[in-house]
Amino acid sequence: MYVAVKGGERAIDAAHAWLAEERRGDRGIAALSVAQIRTQLTLAVNRVMAEGSLYDPDLAALAIKQARGDLIEAVFLIRAYRTTLPRFGASIPVDTARMAVIRRVSATFKDLPGGQILGPTFDYTHRLLDFALMAEGDAPLPQKEAPTTGDAPSAHIPHVMEFLNRDDLIETEAPIDATPPDLTREPMELPAARALRLQALARGDEGFVLSMAYSTQRGYGRTHAFVGELRIGMVAVQMHIPELGFAIDIGEVELTECETVNQFKGSKTVPPQFTRGYGLIFGQSERKAISMSLCDRALRWRELGEDNIGAPAQDEEFVLMHADNVQATGFLEHIKLPHYVDFQSELELIRRLRSEAIAAREAAE
Amino acid sequence: MTNSPEATDRAAWIGQLARAKPDRLRALFPTLPPYEVLRPAEIGTVMVQGRAGGTGAPFNLGEVTVTRCALRLTTGEVGHGHVQGRDKDHATRAAILDALLQTDQSSALRAAVLAPLAADETAHRAGRAAKAAATKVEFFTLVRGEDK
Repeated sequence: MYVAVKGGERAIDAAHAWLAEERRGDRGIAALSVAQIRTQLTLAVNRVMAEGSLYDPDLAALAIKQARGDLIEAVFLIRAYRTTLPRFGASIPVDTARMAVIRRVSATFKDLPGGQILGPTFDYTHRLLDFALMAEGDAPLPQKEAPTTGDAPSAHIPHVMEFLNRDDLIETEAPIDATPPDLTREPMELPAARALRLQALARGDEGFVLSMAYSTQRGYGRTHAFVGELRIGMVAVQMHIPELGFAIDIGEVELTECETVNQFKGSKTVPPQFTRGYGLIFGQSERKAISMSLCDRALRWRELGEDNIGAPAQDEEFVLMHADNVQATGFLEHIKLPHYVDFQSELELIRRLRSEAIAAREAAE
Repeated sequence: MTNSPEATDRAAWIGQLARAKPDRLRALFPTLPPYEVLRPAEIGTVMVQGRAGGTGAPFNLGEVTVTRCALRLTTGEVGHGHVQGRDKDHATRAAILDALLQTDQSSALRAAVLAPLAADETAHRAGRAAKAAATKVEFFTLVRGEDK
């Protein structure tokens, strides 16, 4: 247990002043603006919004600047800010079938209605450092040209899963309208409903969720996942306003959605069907969305009547209780705070144990 | 849930004003008429929900910052503003326009404010959609050695 200490005020002030100076860096180089971070380090901003569980690109960019690029520290700042705000209510669940897609790929169907849209992807790049980015000056604007291939994506691009649904080849996700549990309001209770698991995974640390998902692929709770569909785009956020008596758009958020098709489940009465895993993340983050859907599927072993083979990714308590990087950092880093009293008692204990052992050895000699 | 045509029309303009870029809205509608504040502009959050599998049971995805306010014009019409982000000026301007669009100034404001906003939005979306369409691919499966 750590203890309260006093003193050191002047040293702490000096440390924080130095921190501000280090944050600014070399004054011979132009300062980075929040707008530059927001518009040019977009994927870092997206990650801070996803794990901070608050969609606000300006605030996420500010947090990144303040945290000197330490993304977990930035997530912490966002979480802390969020607790100061009143909550007006919940949105109507977003309709991802009406997403304005900029990317949409399927690994299971090559010819799908609406087509495969690559979007602004790192896929198929050569992962060679581009030294042109290091040179001064802006990249030339792309030539404006009409799209070469046919029609623009329509407003309604059906989910790939709908095609499998039609033939009963995959389990259906029936629209239920229950109020979902909220782990920011009530402490997480286990076993957790799927809605609570999805919330915890969506705000979980990307690295942790990725590693858990990877472990299932390597055999620790294998679920044979295919990416049925991955899509990125803007989605309207709608909310019912009691004073108005109807629902309105309050804005738009960018989302990444992943649906996996996984191996079968059937019973004496129901013929085998594909099963599903689901990922939905703020911003553009397909690594996280795919990871989330693999973890979601692995954690569904109980409701699908599968065996628990003891794989870490199937262990709800292990996954959900260790996914949050703010909680983890808080507990991990608190051990650097003053533990003088605890340590003093440990010191006394080890001195006593040693003196007893030395006395016993001397007596034996 | 189906709304009356009036409610559908009002929901459409409220949405258009909420999605507008605050600077653009200010430029299109710079001068505010006198009004009485019913609920001062306040910043808060709305919990965005998704659905498991895209269509199933709802879950809490994360929050979004929202600014809201309510006000009344001197002529009596009440306007509501609910806009994503933390811009109180945006929420206020949206609420005033919501109120004014219920008055006889409606058609003038539709032409002066809503139409340009809709045109901006259409152009922006068409630009993104055209870029997306340019990255549309056809994948061909190659015959593998074992498939004789």
